[in-house]
Parts: sequence; C-alpha cells; structure tokens
Amino acid sequence: MLKADNLSKVFNIHILGDKVIEGCENISFHVSKGEFLGLAGPSGAGKSTILKCIYRTYLATGGDIWYDSILYGQVNLATIADPMVIGIRHKEIGYVSQFLKVIPRVSAIDVVAEPLLTRNGASANEARKKAGELLERLNIPARLLDAYPATFSGGEQQRVNIARAVIWKPRLLLLDEPTASLDRESVSIVVELLREMKEQGTSMIGIFHDNELMESITDRVYRVNPEISDVG
Amino acid sequence: MPIAPILDVKNLTKIFGKGCPLCHDSTGPEHETNVCRRCGSVVACSDVSFELYLGEILGIVGESGSGKSTVVKLLHFDWDATFGEMYFQNTEDRKQNIDMTIDIDGKNLIALSPFIKRQTRNAFMGVVYQNPHLGLRMDVSSGGNIAERLIMANWRNIAMMRDRASGLLEKIEIPVERMDEPPRNFSGGMQQRVQIAKALSNEPLLLFLDEITTGLDVSVQARVLDLIRKLQRELQLSMIVVSHDFGVIRLLCQRTMVMKYGRIVEKGLTDQILEDPQHPYTQILVSSQL
Ligand SMILES: Nc1ncnc2c1ncn2[C@@H]1O[C@H](COP(=O)(O)OP(=O)(O)OP(=O)(O)O)[C@@H](O)[C@H]1O
Ligand SMILES: Nc1ncnc2c1ncn2[C@@H]1O[C@H](COP(=O)(O)OP(=O)(O)O)[C@@H](O)[C@H]1O
Ligand SMILES: [Mg+2]
Ligand SMILES: [Mg+2]
Ligand SMILES: [Zn+2]
Repeated sequence: MLKADNLSKVFNIHILGDKVIEGCENISFHVSKGEFLGLAGPSGAGKSTILKCIYRTYLATGGDIWYDSILYGQVNLATIADPMVIGIRHKEIGYVSQFLKVIPRVSAIDVVAEPLLTRNGASANEARKKAGELLERLNIPARLLDAYPATFSGGEQQRVNIARAVIWKPRLLLLDEPTASLDRESVSIVVELLREMKEQGTSMIGIFHDNELMESITDRVYRVNPEISDVG
Repeated sequence: MPIAPILDVKNLTKIFGKGCPLCHDSTGPEHETNVCRRCGSVVACSDVSFELYLGEILGIVGESGSGKSTVVKLLHFDWDATFGEMYFQNTEDRKQNIDMTIDIDGKNLIALSPFIKRQTRNAFMGVVYQNPHLGLRMDVSSGGNIAERLIMANWRNIAMMRDRASGLLEKIEIPVERMDEPPRNFSGGMQQRVQIAKALSNEPLLLFLDEITTGLDVSVQARVLDLIRKLQRELQLSMIVVSHDFGVIRLLCQRTMVMKYGRIVEKGLTDQILEDPQHPYTQILVSSQL
C-alpha cells in the first residue's frame, strides 16, 4: 500500500548561510494493507521527518513514496500536486502529531467532531455524539468536553489529538509518539483503540518512545539510521 | 479522479506607468525592487499564475507592497490587468438562475468587455476589503447596502430582498433589528461583518478577503475569523484570503502563496510553507513570525 524507496530529506536553511541539515537518508520500507509498521531509531535519526514527508508537511529531496490511493491510484507522495495531497489527507491518510495543534476557540468535542462533519457527511448531532463517546472512552472528563483544549494538560491534549485522528477511520494512519505524555492507563486505552483500528483494516506507521510497547503493538519494526549513536 | 480548478489564472500582470521591455526583467525578488530600472514603472504584480479549487481557501502572504491586494483587485476586475489570463470553469450548475449574456466558461475573462466583467462579478464574486469604507456606503442602512448588491445581481422584489438581507445579517450575527442602521453606527468588527454579508448576498462561488481582520482588536478578529470558518463549512465557497498574519493563514487556508516584489516566490500546502519553507524569503518570513 505504501513503499518508501530511497527516501531522503535534506533541509537547506538559507538564512543560516545555506546551512544543510540531514533529515533522513536513503530510507526504504514498505507497508502492506492492514499492516502496522514501527519506526525505531535514536533521537534525531529522522523518524518524524519520514512521517512528515509521507504526509507532505515536508518536501522530500530524494527518492519516492509510492502510495496506492483509492482516489487517484498509484501515486508518488513525494511529487504529486498539492490538491491531490489535500484530497488524500481528506479521505485516506490521517496523522497524529506529537502535540495537539489547537484550533483556537473550538471546544474539545467539536475539535473531535469536525473531521466527521467535513468528511463523512454526518449530522452535527451524530458527529458530536460519536466524539463524546470516543473522548469518554479516552477518559476525558465530561466537564472538559465543552472547554477549549488550549487549557488542557499535555496528556489530555494528546488524547484529544488522537481522538481527532482516529474518529474518521483513515485507511492509513501516521503516529508520531502518540503515547509520549500519557499515563499507563491512558496508554493502554490508546493501544486498545489502535488494535481495534488495525482489526478494522487501517494500516499504520508509528513511532513510539517505548520499545517494548512498539514491539508488542506493531507487526514489524524498521530501524532508521542504526549507525548513529543515541544523543538523547 | 481528475480535480478541476474553478479558477485558473495565468501570468497575471499589472504595471503602473508606461511600461517598457525591461520592466519584467529588471524587477522581482532577485532585483529587490518592483520599480523598473529603465522607465520607472511600478510592476505591482507579474507572472502570477495559480489555480483555485472548489471549496478551497487559498492564502496569499507577503510583506507590504508585495502585490497581494493588486492580485485581488485584478481578479475582482476593480483594476484592469496589463495582461494575463483568467478562466472560470464548471460554473454550469449556477447558470440557470443567473442572467449572463454570454457563456464565460473557458473564456479569458481578462480579455472580455467591461460589461461582461461586471456581469461575471455580480454573478460569481464577492469581496471584503480591509477598509470597510471601500466596501460599504457608510450612511446607507445596512439592509440597503445589501439590497444594492442584490439589485446589481438582478433581484427586483423588495420584500424578497428584505428577507434575504435579514437572513444574511442573522448569519453574520448582527441583530436583525439593527438592519436599518447605517454601518457608520457600527464598530469595526460589525462593519466587517456587514461587508461579509454584502459579499455573500449574491451567493458567490468565489470570495476575496483582503486583510479583513487587520486593525481589529484581537477578540473581534477572532469572531470574524470564526465566522469565515463557519461560512466555509456551510457554503462550500472558494476563497482567496490575503493576510500578512500567518496566524490567520494557518487557521483558514489549506494552501498558501508567498509574494515578494510582485512575484509568487513559493506556493504550497500551508503546513509545508510553515514547517519546510523553501525560498529564502519564506524562511525569513516564517522564522520572524514564530
Ligand atoms: N494606483 C497605483 N499607482 C501606482 N502604484 C501603485 C498603485 N496601486 C498600487 N501600487 C503599487 O503596487 C505595489 C503593490 O501594491 P499592493 O497594494 O498590491 O500591495 P500589498 O501587497 O497589498 O501591500 P499591503 O500589505 O501594504 O496591503 C506597491 O508597490 C504599490 O505602491
Ligand atoms: N523543519 C526542520 N527544519 C530543519 N531541520 C529539521 C526540521 N525537522 C527536522 N529537522 C532535523 O532533521 C533531523 C531529524 O529529525 P527528526 O525527524 O525530528 O528526528 P526523530 O524524530 O528521529 O527524533 C534532526 O537533525 C532535526 O533537527
Ligand atoms: Mg521525532
Ligand atoms: Mg494590501
Ligand atoms: Zn520599464
């Protein structure tokens, strides 16, 4: 379903006198339909960079990212036109960033309901109902549903973030340390949620700081840049 | 599945002054000026090409004088382009209830007569300017401002126009009982909302918003932006949003173009522009915002 072929990303920082930063280099892996691939490697190895290249927040500077799109057929995510990326983000690929990008003045429940409203043509009531159920399942206290996530704790924000990405059931889900700031109980709820998604056919690529967790939840782990030593 | 743009713009150019063969090649980011070295003309924008898709909000950012408003004014036919092309596509569904003398699909609108341009504008476009004085008549009632626009779009029945105006004011959260008051009486944020109601009155396909929150205080800005988000969700409009504020762009736009000295130096997905800017100027712009 997705195949990274010699994917590389170099950042060219012109304002620092054309400084060149290596993001990731010669990354090759594939993800089959329904499979869960883990990305492991020391800090700075380029794991987040890989996910962002797939989601096209970063423009790859080398290699290809072949993806089997429902909308457009076989496409190279490294090079297809922006409007097609928008279409694919809308219908196919979801992304959980490490931190919630809060939408100002939108309550937690609406942040989570919104993807349903704009995608699956759900009614506002239906969408809010589903969002409420999901947030409840993620242990977000009912009193917070109508509050703005900007004021939430890190762990609460992260759960809102996960709910927002999971609720519309993307067919490929990119996860960048989704459990990093969660307590044990929340972690196990999230893990259960991801397992369910997988059972329902969602393919996933995930980064987890906890190796044991990663081994238990993924089908396979790809090591990014193993020769680089861990610098924290 | 092919995605067809509703608006296709090619090489849009506006030169103030008599112009000369050197105008294009002596201006732009690499020359750090928009003034022609030989003839002194101002190349307000040049080589501006892009596509706009149905339901999309496209942002334009750039420093003061970079040509953002010029692009909007050319697209809205406030000004005549020096040259360039502009095509509307797939306007079919809208045509039944619209009084157009010719079929504009696939025709270069820039080259059409002023009359057809006016018709096109009245049928398909709405605009909101930074300065409400440009978009509203301050001493005509708010309902009257909207009615004026409806008349231009060939509405005739007074009762229907009143209904439409009050419906619009409700949508933009202005109390209907204030419909007979002139915008002069209103706060800046309310004036912007009346402008938005007016711009929406002809049910445009395409809405231009030029720095509509600049100069408003922050809480009022927030309400206007929330209104735009709501309208986009409900109406499936395509919009072009001009702002020098990345906060506004990040909130509203899926794609963004960056302008400098009259040229587009970079365009891309908004998160890509913000997190992986390619052009040196965009890198400066983004890093000075954060
Ligand atoms: N009527 C005019 N005659 C001559 N030059 C003009 C005229 N109108 C605009 N210009 C010039 O065209 C250039 C682009 O102006 P424009 O208003 O499009 O800038 P902008 O990007 O909207 O800036 P701002 O952020 O300040 O609104 C500027 O150099 C401006 O001085
Ligand atoms: N937007 C960016 N601009 C410049 N350098 C970046 C950017 N994003 C990541 N990098 C650099 O790319 C390298 C890989 O980073 P990252 O992918 O975040 O690592 P990981 O997720 O494996 O810890 C690092 O040196 C990082 O500083
Ligand atoms: Mg990372
Ligand atoms: Mg301007
Ligand atoms: Zn010249």
